[in-house]
Order: sequence, then structure tokens, then C-alpha cells
Amino acid sequence: MNTLLRRTIFPIYSNTLKISCRSLTDAPIKEQIDKIVKNNKVVVFMKGVPDAPRCGFSNAVVQIMRMHAVPYDSHDVLSSEDLRQGIKDYSNWPTIPQVFINGEFVGGCDIMLQMHQSGELIEELKKVGIKSALLTAEESKQKEAEK
Amino acid sequence: MSIILKPGVCNIHRNMATIAGVIESQIRSKLLSQLEAKHLDVINESYMHNVPKGSETHFKVVVVSPKFEGLPLIKRHRLINDILKEELQTGVHALSIMAKTPQQWDESDQNVESSPSCKGGFGK
Repeated sequence: MNTLLRRTIFPIYSNTLKISCRSLTDAPIKEQIDKIVKNNKVVVFMKGVPDAPRCGFSNAVVQIMRMHAVPYDSHDVLSSEDLRQGIKDYSNWPTIPQVFINGEFVGGCDIMLQMHQSGELIEELKKVGIKSALLTAEESKQKEAEK
Repeated sequence: MSIILKPGVCNIHRNMATIAGVIESQIRSKLLSQLEAKHLDVINESYMHNVPKGSETHFKVVVVSPKFEGLPLIKRHRLINDILKEELQTGVHALSIMAKTPQQWDESDQNVESSPSCKGGFGK
């Protein structure tokens, strides 16, 4: 009887323990991400670092940011399993990289690429007070032509 | 534990080779039926990555659907991510998306670029 009781009660106890542990660790990563994306105008969650991306899709985003000379905060999800899963949960988006502008999730590699090609990215950056280097180049070209 | 696992490794590889295309056709039928796609490409790009031959881990989908009318890109992508939620949770690791309305597709050059090459971050 005693062992039977222990067998039935123990799993329940260990499950509640697991659940409470999980919710305890969940809160900080969500708060951490919240702070990161709200404290910086442009944030990229990627695999690797801008100087050495470890995924082609992350590399493409880095190249786009470089072309527009955007100052951004980057975070390597390969350095933390918590962050890797945490960011997917935070934005409800299943893949990496992820780009945030002004605290808002903008998209992954495909969306950034299309925004870059359509000129929409220049406009989005303008809204947060960042002037794209491509726009600067375009303006100086026009000035040259006017002379 | 490792003794039990080891003989099975070859079998896993063999299985992956024979079941190749299962996920691909699952993706295809889900997108076709749920988005009433007018044009659909499901491209298995796994061979471009450091995964066993015959894997179904990296995909690119080109979806042309009237359901995208009036939706911004991010909502089109979320729609597809949502339809393929199960696949993304169970082994599909990368999903590149091109989502256009029939009109956008007709006006485009209908050229589908290959995804960027892998830089080795898979599974790390």
C-alpha cells in the first residue's frame, strides 16, 4: 500500500515541480528579450556573429544591414539554447534569423530581402531615424547630376 | 544505451532515404488545399546542408494564392508557418518562403532564386 501510494503520488509531485521550474526560467528570458528589442532601434537574432555568420540566411541579413550601413545590436542564438527557443516563442516565428525594428518583429531573411529589394526597408529605417547608406548614395548621385 | 543505438544508425539512414519525399508531399498537399494555391513549388534544399543524404530538413516553398490578397508579407508568412506548424516542430529546420498573389506572380519574372549557401550552423 505504502509503495503504491508513493508510486502514484511521486509522479504528480515531480510534474508540478517541473512545471513550476519551467515557468520560473521562462519569465526571465522573455523579459530579457523584451528589454533587448525595446532598448535598441534595430536588433538581429542570428546564428553566429556579424563577422562570422554560421548560417547562410543569417549571413544574408548581415549583408543587407551592411549595405544600408545600419547600426544594430546582434545576438547569437547558438550561444544559448534558452535564447534560441526563447526568441522563437517570443515572436511566434519558427526560424532564425529574426529582425526587430523599434521593438517590433519585422521578419526573417526572406522578408528582409524583399523589403530591401522593394525599397521598403529604407522607409522603415527612416521611421526610426536611421538614414540608409543607399539613400545617402542615391542623393549624392542626384546632386552630381544636377550640377 | 549506446550499444542499443549503434546497430540502428544504419537503419535510420536507410529509412531516411526510402521515406524521402514524405514530408515534401505532406507540405505540398497542405499548402495546396488550405491556400488554394494557383502555383506551388516545394523545393527540398536539404542537400545544400550538412545533413544525411535524403533528409527533409531544409525547404523552400513558392506559393501563389488568392488568399494573400491584401495581406502584408509578414501575415502571408505567418499563414504558411501556421499551416506547416507540425512539420516545423518535427524536423523541418529551415523554411524559405516566397508568397505572392496571382497578379504579383503574373507580373514577376517568375524566377526563383536559390537560397544562400549553408555556413554550418545546423544543429549547433
